[in-house]
Amino acid sequence: MIEYRSIQDIAGPLLFVRVEHPVMYGEIVDIRKENGDKIKGQVLEAREGIAVVQVFGNTIDLNRNATVSFTAEPMLFGVSEELLGKVFDGFGRSLDGSIIKSEMRLNVNGEPINPFARRPPNDFIETGISTIDVMNTLVRGQKLPIFSGAGLPHNELAAQIARQANVRGENFAVVFAAIGITYDEALFFRRDFERTGAIERSVLFLNLANDPAIERLLTPRLALTVAEYLAFQRDMHVLVILTDITNYAEALREISGARKEIPGRRGYPGYMYTDFATIYERAGIVVGKRGSVTQIPILTMPSDDRTHPIPDLTGYITEGQIVLSRELYRKGLYPAVDPLPSLSRLMNNGIGKGKTREDHKNLSNQLYASYANGRDLRALAAVVGEDSLGETDRKYLKFAEDFERRFIAQGRGERRDIERSLELGWELLSVLPETELKKVKREEIEKYWRKYVK
Amino acid sequence: MRGKITKISGPVVVAELDASMYEIVRVGEERLIGEVIEIRGNRAIVQVYEDTVGLRIGEPVERTGRPLSVELGPGLLGSIYDGLERPLEQIYNLSNSVFIRRGIDVPALDRKRKWTFVKTFNGNRVRRGNILGYVQETPSLKHYILSSVDGELIELKSGDYRVDEPIGSVRVNQKEQDITMMQRWPVRVPRPIQEKFATEIPLITGIRIIDSLFPIAKGGVVAIPGPFGSGKTVTQQSLAKYSDADVVVYIGCGERGNEMTEVLVEFPHLKDPKTGNALMNRTVLIANTSNMPVAAREASIYVGITIAEYFRDMGYDVALMADSTSRWAEALREISGRLEEMPGEEGYPSYLSKKIAEFYERAGRVKTLNGDTGSISVIGAVSPPGGDLSEPVSQNTLRVVKGFLALDASLAQRRHFPSINWLRSYSLYRDIVYEYYRKNVDQQFPDNLYTISRLLQREAELQEIVQLVGPDALPEREQFILLIGKMIREDFLQQNAFDEIDAYSSLEKQSLMIRAIVEYYNRGLKHIEQGTKTIQELRNNPITDKIAKMKFMSVDEIRSIFKMIEVF
Repeated sequence: MIEYRSIQDIAGPLLFVRVEHPVMYGEIVDIRKENGDKIKGQVLEAREGIAVVQVFGNTIDLNRNATVSFTAEPMLFGVSEELLGKVFDGFGRSLDGSIIKSEMRLNVNGEPINPFARRPPNDFIETGISTIDVMNTLVRGQKLPIFSGAGLPHNELAAQIARQANVRGENFAVVFAAIGITYDEALFFRRDFERTGAIERSVLFLNLANDPAIERLLTPRLALTVAEYLAFQRDMHVLVILTDITNYAEALREISGARKEIPGRRGYPGYMYTDFATIYERAGIVVGKRGSVTQIPILTMPSDDRTHPIPDLTGYITEGQIVLSRELYRKGLYPAVDPLPSLSRLMNNGIGKGKTREDHKNLSNQLYASYANGRDLRALAAVVGEDSLGETDRKYLKFAEDFERRFIAQGRGERRDIERSLELGWELLSVLPETELKKVKREEIEKYWRKYVK
Repeated sequence: MRGKITKISGPVVVAELDASMYEIVRVGEERLIGEVIEIRGNRAIVQVYEDTVGLRIGEPVERTGRPLSVELGPGLLGSIYDGLERPLEQIYNLSNSVFIRRGIDVPALDRKRKWTFVKTFNGNRVRRGNILGYVQETPSLKHYILSSVDGELIELKSGDYRVDEPIGSVRVNQKEQDITMMQRWPVRVPRPIQEKFATEIPLITGIRIIDSLFPIAKGGVVAIPGPFGSGKTVTQQSLAKYSDADVVVYIGCGERGNEMTEVLVEFPHLKDPKTGNALMNRTVLIANTSNMPVAAREASIYVGITIAEYFRDMGYDVALMADSTSRWAEALREISGRLEEMPGEEGYPSYLSKKIAEFYERAGRVKTLNGDTGSISVIGAVSPPGGDLSEPVSQNTLRVVKGFLALDASLAQRRHFPSINWLRSYSLYRDIVYEYYRKNVDQQFPDNLYTISRLLQREAELQEIVQLVGPDALPEREQFILLIGKMIREDFLQQNAFDEIDAYSSLEKQSLMIRAIVEYYNRGLKHIEQGTKTIQELRNNPITDKIAKMKFMSVDEIRSIFKMIEVF
């Protein structure tokens, strides 16, 4: 370890250190402040004679007398099965003081999965939530974010999914990364995991709102390193919840600004897409391993704007999105998933005969089309009045109303199995005339729909 | 020649080294692949194609004396490569890991496999681009072996050879050299041709809205812009599956890993509509997933188009799908930012428009050096931020492409697939392709299609009025146009890419479906004008139900509808 006391400049979270040895790009440094406090940093740029170090932690009291020592190692995190049930801060330090024996130390940045070694995700995960199971099916190995807004029930939904999706079965684990969220929110998740006993099979990383923002860049990577270890070395099905990606992006912007980089849209760095991808792409199932990494990142869209760079770039990488609607939530409909802008790209692989039911796909398309039409007509009725609509159109209005109240809405602890959700879909469709059912097959109408017609 | 590293910042490394522009260098002890992109005094600025974490100041940088090149020869078809043409299957087998480790060196073409070369060339003067013979690489495709030099042929023999084994020899400028089946080509240099032709023939895709309303010509360039979730990838994949090209090069540029895997798993089981063989037999996949190093993303587009040019030079029609060119442009931006270049619009470098134009210009229908006709059609996906087409990548793309398939998220949300907006899309190939349809499909087909376009436009205008006054306030004639508009949208334009029958419609079937709708419109209009039938009767007529099921009917069944229309 080579030690210097040669800090030249300090700018925001960046240190410029004069060095005499060949510095390694990406290596971790230990910094000791004059008052004895220790923090860590990472080399962001290496030049002859100068290293630019990004500091994790607080730069208060940091001055040019601090010592900087270069560890010659990238950021590594020790992993073992003992991690299950433990809670760490956003930098990977144990919060309850327990010392964990690690089986191996892994580079937290991970490596890209070879597309040839991937298996296409096609195992249905039953979340017990109708709008997800029937219309935006989640499959093992998928990355499916929740696009939410301030004040919407995304935390409750994520906790409900974690609780209902998979609690059965031994080889299941949850890795939870809190990224810049409040103490209350973190506590909500922790309580929920404790209450249901899921905590035993969970690993928690908590970077709270008052923790150093720069550490947020590391928190999701720690979580995913652990998830990959559990999935690909220990054959577990791992569900990773990352919340809130918006805070992560803010930290990314802060560092980029401090480095005086040319900003892209809204001041976020031009490489934000690539950076997001190094997080989101760490999901999947691979050849020769039984485990899987499924990701549910949560992000709150600034002013509910889907075209904001954070949801926009996320949507281009993830395999769909679950969108929460303020309008539905105001109507008192939990979990307020709006099926129309929501999407699961891998849905078709996980449904159908032998997986869910043979009518699943067509029914889902029919529900989509009918609900979309109902919503359009509702807008039209608001202008011209319901009375000037035809009879069929009025039936669509009824359908949309029922669909929201009975299908979209469900209880916070209510778990509908797929069979029940599908039947509910057919039942709701029974208010529409048969000729309107263009997305389903004749046999399906006879087998499933007919019995609900009054 | 060796130099040493003096600066490392992300994918950009500065080295003390005298090198040439665009030369490939090996960086550091791990010999990572890099490319010289700028020279400042005795320093070479290198973009590194692999993750640079762990590199140290002072580590060696070694010249190779060669620009970034690809290996071309038997073994390309059915393979999956990364953005630098490294075979992902071999990497997996060699590294024994599901992850891609750095610094792995595997040649693109298998050096152990033997191919049966059949000589067809006769004569003793051989020119560059001449076909020397072929290898039956897959059941669907003869892989022609092209001469890479001008010279006097000394020897050429049929037989079983590895790609780097001599199959003969040739005298070039008094010097004798071996001929192998493999050749190299620098990716940033277009392969030579004799001349470019005008586009004349359609690339038949089996996708109704494309073939009928916004056709693509062989050798044409088309952009598919759309926000996420609007169906770009599904459309690209349908085109890769069903278009009547001989070879398909599919570049996943900065896209999802699982999507590439899906193609890999699915294509070997799907049949090529032209030959009936497995689709994979005519496909080359380039997979640069979004989390792979950004510099390799920049290269992947060039690697793909060079492979496409190579097959074109054999006289084949090649379709190249690039999904997505926006990621490629962003890679340019990222590298440009690291070089601290003066940014243009939205941080993109000022040479963005030049790069986009240069890439698309490598498409076209050409006379090859051998005198055959070959083509490359390029279908580029564009992913505009927030779906806003005013951004630089979309705008610069629209300036060079001649076809524009506007994907519409609101259509996708109501499960209208393919979610191509029929009002905003256009194709400048329409006139020439319609001329082809007139001669080869049905004399009436183009005129019927013009009627259809007109009706769709009229329907959209009427819809605006309906938003204000409700549908019942319209006269019957207008209500009938609304009915026909809905019929066109639901029963013709909508197409299920996952349904066995519906996924592909032949041109004949498309022309018959269009004819049925137009004839029903003409008859119905007459009835309304003469007052012999009400709109309600027209709406509930059993013919409408038949028309709704045309997608799943055979050509003969559709013909039987015409008789019903005649008598009603």
